[in-house]
Amino acid sequence: MAEFTLPRNSKVRRGKTHPAPKGAKRSKEFAVYRWSPDTDENPRLDEYTIDLDQCGPMVLDALIHIKDDVDSTLTFRRSCREGICGSCAMNIDGTNTLACLKPIDEVKGTVKVYPLPHMPVVKDLVPDLTHIYAQYTSIQPWLQSQTGAPPDRERLQAPDERKKLDGLYECILCFCCSTSCPSYWWSGDRYLGPAILLQAYRWLVDSRDEMTGERLDALEDPFRLYRCHTIMNCAKTCPKGLNPGKAIAEIKKMMVARV
Amino acid sequence: MTLRTPVARARGLGSAKEGVHHWWMQRVTAVALVPLTLWFVASLVGMAGAEYAEMRDWVSHPVTATLLISLIVATFYHAALGMQVVYEDYVQPHGLKIVVDIATKLIFFAFAVASIFSVLKLAFAG
Repeated sequence: MAEFTLPRNSKVRRGKTHPAPKGAKRSKEFAVYRWSPDTDENPRLDEYTIDLDQCGPMVLDALIHIKDDVDSTLTFRRSCREGICGSCAMNIDGTNTLACLKPIDEVKGTVKVYPLPHMPVVKDLVPDLTHIYAQYTSIQPWLQSQTGAPPDRERLQAPDERKKLDGLYECILCFCCSTSCPSYWWSGDRYLGPAILLQAYRWLVDSRDEMTGERLDALEDPFRLYRCHTIMNCAKTCPKGLNPGKAIAEIKKMMVARV
Repeated sequence: MTLRTPVARARGLGSAKEGVHHWWMQRVTAVALVPLTLWFVASLVGMAGAEYAEMRDWVSHPVTATLLISLIVATFYHAALGMQVVYEDYVQPHGLKIVVDIATKLIFFAFAVASIFSVLKLAFAG
């Protein structure tokens, strides 16, 4: 059966407590998931009470402050700090989002920070994205056509055709959606998940692409596509406000249209 | 341990090139079941306390019998499709999944045949 409980060595224990610095006026408590592959210990939740006057407004600012000034062993990914690289995707206050776009003051009480759910953990807040990147590769996310490119100019696209890519091209592959999807949790080995299917649809509706039929062939599968049961966690959690569930529904409509 | 590449694992056995029919039939039977179920429930409520002979006459009517058999087929077909999805989602390992899916389909098929037989028996043999 599907696993609904954590294995014994994955149960999260209480970790270390780092008290507020002396003289802190605006203290805020963070509970952060910690796990290291270098020890045999179970994962733990470390508590850090920090002074909000010493860091910026976003959860990522707090994590950087903790790493710089409190506990340099804390490990997480981050790069652009402005919601365009997708590196700092994590589970904050129970919802997958980008730490750099999540204001600390939106969280009441302790700010709980976990890695993206149901992915193998490399260390602390860093998930192993190898499989989901491989799934992305498997849908061949690049323009494919039999007609060669015009020698003297780019491939043309009408304004209406370009408009169909709106709501799709903005995806930054942070995988907040896929890792919030129960279907992806249970069947992620074969189900492509909302992020990859949104990307698949991005190429299915690209007016310049000529491999629509082959792309649909590759998606028509009880697991790759049809594990989506319109649970819609994907649309709810997307930090860019996109709707992967709708993209998947459009793929299903295309499947029926060619029967 | 495996030394297969991540892409080899993601591509797996390839696409089954199947699933549209299952998905579409689930929708079609769902749409059919909305009026059929409403009609069936409303009819039963209207017939509450009816005598056997009255009930038999109702079932024997060609329209009633046709709708009843349609309801039976749509219900069990829809249920079998739905249970298959539940098993695919939650049942591991693969062998067990196949066993429970086949068992469910055979049982639902038997139920459907028994239900249709009941309607026909009432209609033709009283």
